[in-house]
Amino acid sequence: MAYASVRSGRAAVRPFLRLFVAPAVLCALAFAAALAAVMQYSLRAYVPGSLEAGGFTLANFAALMRPLYARVFLDTVWICFLTALFTLVVGYPLAYALVHARNVALKSTILVIAVTPLFLGEVVRTYSWIVVLGNNGFLNSMLLKLGLIDAPLQFMFTQFGVVTALVHVTLPVMVIMLAAALSHIDRDYERAAASLGAGPIRVFLTVTLPLSTPGIIAGVTTAFAWTFSAFATPQLIGGGRVNMVANLVYQLGFASFNFPFAASLSVAGLVLTFAVLALMRAAARPLERIRQH
Amino acid sequence: MPNLLRLVGGATVTAILGFLLLPAVVVTLAAFNSRAILSFPPEDWSWRWFIKAIAYDDFQAGVRNGLIVTAWASSIALVVGAAFAFALDRYEFRLKRTLETVLLSPLVVPHFTIGLGFLILAAQLGFARGYAVVVACHVVLVLPFVLRSVYISLRNLDPRLELAAASLGAPPDRVLITVTLPLLLPGLVSGWMFAAILSFNEFTASLFVTVQRTQTLPVALYNYVREYADPSMAAISVMYIVATATVLTLANAFLGLAKVLNVEHPR
Repeated sequence: MAYASVRSGRAAVRPFLRLFVAPAVLCALAFAAALAAVMQYSLRAYVPGSLEAGGFTLANFAALMRPLYARVFLDTVWICFLTALFTLVVGYPLAYALVHARNVALKSTILVIAVTPLFLGEVVRTYSWIVVLGNNGFLNSMLLKLGLIDAPLQFMFTQFGVVTALVHVTLPVMVIMLAAALSHIDRDYERAAASLGAGPIRVFLTVTLPLSTPGIIAGVTTAFAWTFSAFATPQLIGGGRVNMVANLVYQLGFASFNFPFAASLSVAGLVLTFAVLALMRAAARPLERIRQH
Repeated sequence: MPNLLRLVGGATVTAILGFLLLPAVVVTLAAFNSRAILSFPPEDWSWRWFIKAIAYDDFQAGVRNGLIVTAWASSIALVVGAAFAFALDRYEFRLKRTLETVLLSPLVVPHFTIGLGFLILAAQLGFARGYAVVVACHVVLVLPFVLRSVYISLRNLDPRLELAAASLGAPPDRVLITVTLPLLLPGLVSGWMFAAILSFNEFTASLFVTVQRTQTLPVALYNYVREYADPSMAAISVMYIVATATVLTLANAFLGLAKVLNVEHPR
């Protein structure tokens, strides 16, 4: 979020400045120190059987190039991409309805239903999806009862299952960001287009949609970053057959105690996240320009 | 044509709301199923899984630990975040943008990286993995939400009220306590609430920084799901969902969730 420029005229006297900024500096330093610890460990050698790291080396990063690990990175990016895309497609109509609903009760209902999953935590949500997607779960039971299938379909341990649950997890953030953008569009633009004879679909495609690009960019990049961070969903629904970077890091740290390699995977993941985010913003720049014309 | 469009739109939105609600509805059905194996629809109904979940030691300890961590983390984040939001809104100072970027970056840095970082840092500094490490990690994670919430309130505050108090002779600390803080109260409350809910639910980073003795509820739940398959987990999920939805509905009624989340049309 961009904080606008400071209000003018009051910068001369700054009571409480030090008192108010010092705690924040302390927090920033703690966070920076934690990240620095990861960076530092990523360059240390793994001493089998010991929790202490050895001397400095680049071996961890060389090992990342092995097909096994490269594969996990590719899978992770693909899953993040799919999740961000589907979340956008599903989230847009909901955000639009939320902003444009005239009935207050309807608006509140949509808002509470859309936002509640955000506060349920990854484990509860993932477990709920296991109950829906499992072999004797809700979906298969219903399909069997209706006679649409003869044997349960495999949803667990598949990319489909993981992405479905991840879309559900990411949807609230997407809706919040899209709704924030949509609610700040001046309705007069839409009314002007309509009064000049454009139908509702045309108004949406030529006015509303282009004006909401900042929200789309913010939503998609956040969805991507959040999905990259997901752990419980790929761990429990993927069940070892769909692996993301987060799962590999945890496994290396707590099953093999190879913290240096776990750290180098984290660093590579961090670099990758920021590279993809930068790429998305760069790709979105021409869209922004269209918006201004 | 507009009517047809309205119908299609309504159906689409209903379907999406259904997708959002589906897991909650299904997990509720599973929680009241008296048998240990899932079946839809349940054959017998019972409360036994709720009783079992409430009586389970690890869940009780998880709630206790979670409340300790949440109380500390959200309160510290509130004080730190509110003070910094005030400075961000009012003052220019050196490294302002850098500091802001660093404090907001936990929004995009993967939580497993942050958890791993605090774990390694604690080990290197020779700290035992007690509550302090978990709290520090949670403060960093929830700070962006407090910062945003209080900052939005500060932006919406009418500066003339403070000017009026100052022009009547109130010193800066008195203006802050008697004018600014009361006006900021909704923002402070919602920021604190956001921080508390997110900290109580934080899982990935907690998994890295907690040990058996400090494990919070989400970590306890995760360990349970990995080992057992009975519906106690469904029962506790239902309690979770009901509690969260209640808090959010109340928040919406008293604080105006739309305003807090900045999704309301400005007047």
